[in-house]
Amino acid sequence: MIKYSKSHEWVKKEGEIGIIGITDYAQNQLGDIVYVELPENGNEINKGEILCTVESVKAASDIYSPVTGEIAEINEELEESPEIINEDAEGKGWICKIKFSDETELDKLMSKEEYDEFCEKEG
Amino acid sequence: MAKGKRTPLYEEHLRLGAKMVEFAGWEMPIQYSSIIKEHKQVRESAGLFDVSHMGEIEIVGPDAIDFADYLVTNNVNKLKNGQICYTPMCNKKGGIIDDFLVYRLANNKVLFVVNASNTDKDFKWINNQKDNFDVEIFNKSDKVAQLALQGPKAEKLLRAISQIELETIEFYHFTQGRVSGIETILSRTGYTGEDGFELYIDSEAAVPLWRKILEIGNNKDILPAGLGARDTLRFEACYMLYGNDLNETITPFEAPLKWTVKFEKDFIGKKALMEQKEKGITRKLRGLEIKGKAIPRHEHKVYLNDKEIGWISSGMFAPTLKKSLALAYIDKGIAKTGSIVEVEIRKKKVEAEIVKLPFYRGSVKK
Repeated sequence: MIKYSKSHEWVKKEGEIGIIGITDYAQNQLGDIVYVELPENGNEINKGEILCTVESVKAASDIYSPVTGEIAEINEELEESPEIINEDAEGKGWICKIKFSDETELDKLMSKEEYDEFCEKEG
Repeated sequence: MAKGKRTPLYEEHLRLGAKMVEFAGWEMPIQYSSIIKEHKQVRESAGLFDVSHMGEIEIVGPDAIDFADYLVTNNVNKLKNGQICYTPMCNKKGGIIDDFLVYRLANNKVLFVVNASNTDKDFKWINNQKDNFDVEIFNKSDKVAQLALQGPKAEKLLRAISQIELETIEFYHFTQGRVSGIETILSRTGYTGEDGFELYIDSEAAVPLWRKILEIGNNKDILPAGLGARDTLRFEACYMLYGNDLNETITPFEAPLKWTVKFEKDFIGKKALMEQKEKGITRKLRGLEIKGKAIPRHEHKVYLNDKEIGWISSGMFAPTLKKSLALAYIDKGIAKTGSIVEVEIRKKKVEAEIVKLPFYRGSVKK
């Protein structure tokens, strides 16, 4: 199950873990990504807090956590190859994994259809 | 997006799938594919830019050369017909009103190619300085379209459709002739650090010429490039961007433009600039290489031992050099080349080394 936030993050539920990234729409808006300042393993984070920062050629953008929990793993490949996010934002370009504190938070996020509609309105 | 002015190539950009942004009141393409790809294309082959938003101000009359010389710091007097100079235009305090190219068209005619954001301001300022000079001043910006074909392969590729012998055009020179049958002013100039040409044409001829140049590029040798790449390219070559690196409170001596100031003639701002030369400047534009994984941006502050010593005028990730670099106005005499300072980037202080300018030298002719 993949859910989407209004600030353009996605979260894919795999048991008690959520894989987090930014959406393809978001990477397209940001343009070429040149650095990702990754979150730290083991940190606790609340839903809506800044998870990390992504620098594109044009600007720095904060990425917000779509859920509350503990950072269980980070995608270290992004350290060397941040462009993976441009190439495959909703796959290999995942940013981190979070161990959910409250899985019901997912219910408040959007489905794929709802998110696509949301982007259409925004664009 | 708020509706801005559109160049004659607006529909072409949409057709090519460009991402459009507002820039200086214009709706312009920031990128077609990716800024980094377009940047690389220009460094390695050639890219085609629509720069029709630039302003063209023509000065005509018996005093055209003298008047131009009075307006700007560089020597228009010493140009031959067919030659170009880059120059700041200063106010009485020596602050830079705009920076642009001056084309000497004839003994009684010069063309200023000015920044889009400053066209109206410049036109007004120039008219206000006219006094007893026997000249007429025309803002031809809406009638003139401008294309820039930039890259080491530009000359070789353009030869296929040029009725002008391109190899005879030296750097900072121009000629009037035809390209693909279209009447043009063609100059060997640019804003990328690479060899290449800028072509001025009637607005109505913009679409056919744009298409023809892309056609000879065959979707490979020449690709369209947007304002995003134009900015990263000019930044690596350390060309000034008005509004970022230059403004009305900055003088040519503080910017690295001392070479454009000619005291042997009279011009607006001369007195103030002579005084500044006498007293010495208090800040200067320097290059910075960021040591951490962060990108400095316009107006970020620079520190040395927790004391504020300057500010970033332009900063970005340089695609060719693959480094995070910045241009910064830094207080004079406290930080030598090679020394380490700090830049505050989003509330964190990051180390940066003072480095020499320019960051990059490309295929541009000298």
